[in-house]
Amino acid sequence: MNRYFKAPLMGAAAAPFLAAPAYASTIDETVNTAFANATGWFVSFIFSPFPGTSFPWIVAWLVIAATIFTVYFAGIQLRGFAHAIALVKGDYSDPDDAGEVSHFQALATALSGTVGLGNIAGVAVAVGIGGPGATFWMILAGLMGMASKFTECTLGVKYRNEYPDGTVSGGPMYYITKGFKERGLKGGKPLAILFAIFCICGAFGGGNMFQSNQAHAQLTNVLGDFPGWITGVIFAGIVFATIAGGLQSIAKVTEKVVPIMAVIYVATALVIILMNADQIGWAFGQIFEGAFTGLGVAGGLVGALIQGFKRAAFSNEAGVGSAAIAHSAVRTKEPVTEGYVSLLEPFIDTVVICTMTALVIIITGQLVMDPATGLYIVGESGAIETVSGNTGVALTSAAFSSSFGWFRYILAVAVIMFAFSTMISWSYYGLKAWTFLFGESKAADLSFKVIFCIFVVIGAAASLNPVIDFSDAAIFAMAVVNIIGLYFLMPIVKAELESYVSRLKSGEIKKFN
Amino acid sequence: MTEKIVVAYDGSENAHNAVNFALDVARAKNATLVVVHVLEWSPYSFLTKTEIEERHMRRKEELERADKAIVSPLLQEIQSSGVAVEVMVKYGHISETLLKVVADTGAKQLVIGRTGQSSISTRLFGSVAGTLAQAAPVAVTIVP
Repeated sequence: MNRYFKAPLMGAAAAPFLAAPAYASTIDETVNTAFANATGWFVSFIFSPFPGTSFPWIVAWLVIAATIFTVYFAGIQLRGFAHAIALVKGDYSDPDDAGEVSHFQALATALSGTVGLGNIAGVAVAVGIGGPGATFWMILAGLMGMASKFTECTLGVKYRNEYPDGTVSGGPMYYITKGFKERGLKGGKPLAILFAIFCICGAFGGGNMFQSNQAHAQLTNVLGDFPGWITGVIFAGIVFATIAGGLQSIAKVTEKVVPIMAVIYVATALVIILMNADQIGWAFGQIFEGAFTGLGVAGGLVGALIQGFKRAAFSNEAGVGSAAIAHSAVRTKEPVTEGYVSLLEPFIDTVVICTMTALVIIITGQLVMDPATGLYIVGESGAIETVSGNTGVALTSAAFSSSFGWFRYILAVAVIMFAFSTMISWSYYGLKAWTFLFGESKAADLSFKVIFCIFVVIGAAASLNPVIDFSDAAIFAMAVVNIIGLYFLMPIVKAELESYVSRLKSGEIKKFN
Repeated sequence: MTEKIVVAYDGSENAHNAVNFALDVARAKNATLVVVHVLEWSPYSFLTKTEIEERHMRRKEELERADKAIVSPLLQEIQSSGVAVEVMVKYGHISETLLKVVADTGAKQLVIGRTGQSSISTRLFGSVAGTLAQAAPVAVTIVP
């Protein structure tokens, strides 16, 4: 047991350095510069715009994919919504299968991986740069993303690997390999390897550094300024104890607290919105007007659109392939049922929770507007000026505490919980990709976990911008490979869906409740 | 069709008494005894990713353990009684699952042991025996 207490002790040992900020900030600066230099080329490749425009090709890639899946499956997110709810309620669960993972549990666990800082900090970044209009594009991307998620999660279950001891491994690397082979297509294996590499980067980036970075930002917001690497070391210790030390109880507690936190967060947002009920019409006016004019933000309409789409993809991970890894572990006779259930995730994550955050920021008047022109004032960095100069999670915190001062303490706890649960989720995704590349062995397992924890420290010490850029880039790189795979494999999903729907109509698939 | 009597069994002393009581009744009425062992499970609890991955394996282990440690020893013990016995091992909420078995089998009686829960937890949450006594649509016998 002793070693689990090492982390907090190291934190305490680090306390004297608080008195020497000059020394500490040099560490942070060194990490920061090294990090920005190492990842810059990758970031600029992923976000390079179409020649002659400012529109990044990657955003178009995601939007086009979500549109194609929506059309190809004839609006499955609308058609299948009621059936998805019925599945989660357990209406179609065979009572004889009780004791296996239920659809509700699969959804709740997958959600606790995606509901996280993207919903709190990510939205603040989007609205802070793209203005209220970014919200409109974010909701649209969330709705379209439901079809992408449906496609990838169905495949994840269909092509998972089942081992003799009863455990399973699945995800894009498995469906790309096996599905391509089944369809007689070449190039499945290299594509799967590429995905696994990007997935590991994503696990280190958005699933790790972004989380510890924003958790640190939230801590300094509440406790006052102190060097990031201290937060990083403490966090890394706890994460390591959980994922490598077999301290599953921490993960269990988080898994139970995160859904409660999400409910508290949404409830508080609703109360704040209702307190400003007279502003709701105005806020939606801003969202629609901003969506098509930009209301003076950098890049205008395109600027708002890019921010909205980027943040939605980062938050709900539709098309990225991570959810397919999470869902593939669930036992079900029909892969399509996991697809149905998973299409609720972008809805809850983006259309409900992200929109709440955006509305609270807009309604509480955090963004500075020029009263004469009705346009937002853009600062030198390209972001809209805010009332107290906040960005990221601090902006959300300021918006919520403008109505309830105490809420920033709850938010601080929520952010740390969300950050932690997202890290645990991504350590699982990253590990699955890692073992796909290096085989399932104890050594491979442990080496991944150690590297993962080192990145926790780097994330907390680096400043926001390089971290957010790299996080986005790595996660979008996953989407590039995953979506290529999805295009080739979507006829398989369609066949599964048609067979399932016809059996549902004929009564072969029974309703139990 | 012969009459059926459902008896809940969890391996405890009281449950044992319940089975013996039910055996006597079944013998007298020439009825079939349905022995039910319920493993507590909620489909609405929250699991971690690792727990989800291992769930299928754990379920298999739990069922094997229930059979080996609880159900099989009982069957051996009562096989000489001459009463027809059916066995069910089910996952779910204990009272709800027992009520469902009663409904599905069309049983006329339910026999349960009074478990030795502490009085505080019983006051707060109610006991299985108490719930069943109130909610069952058939005659319930609670055996101490």
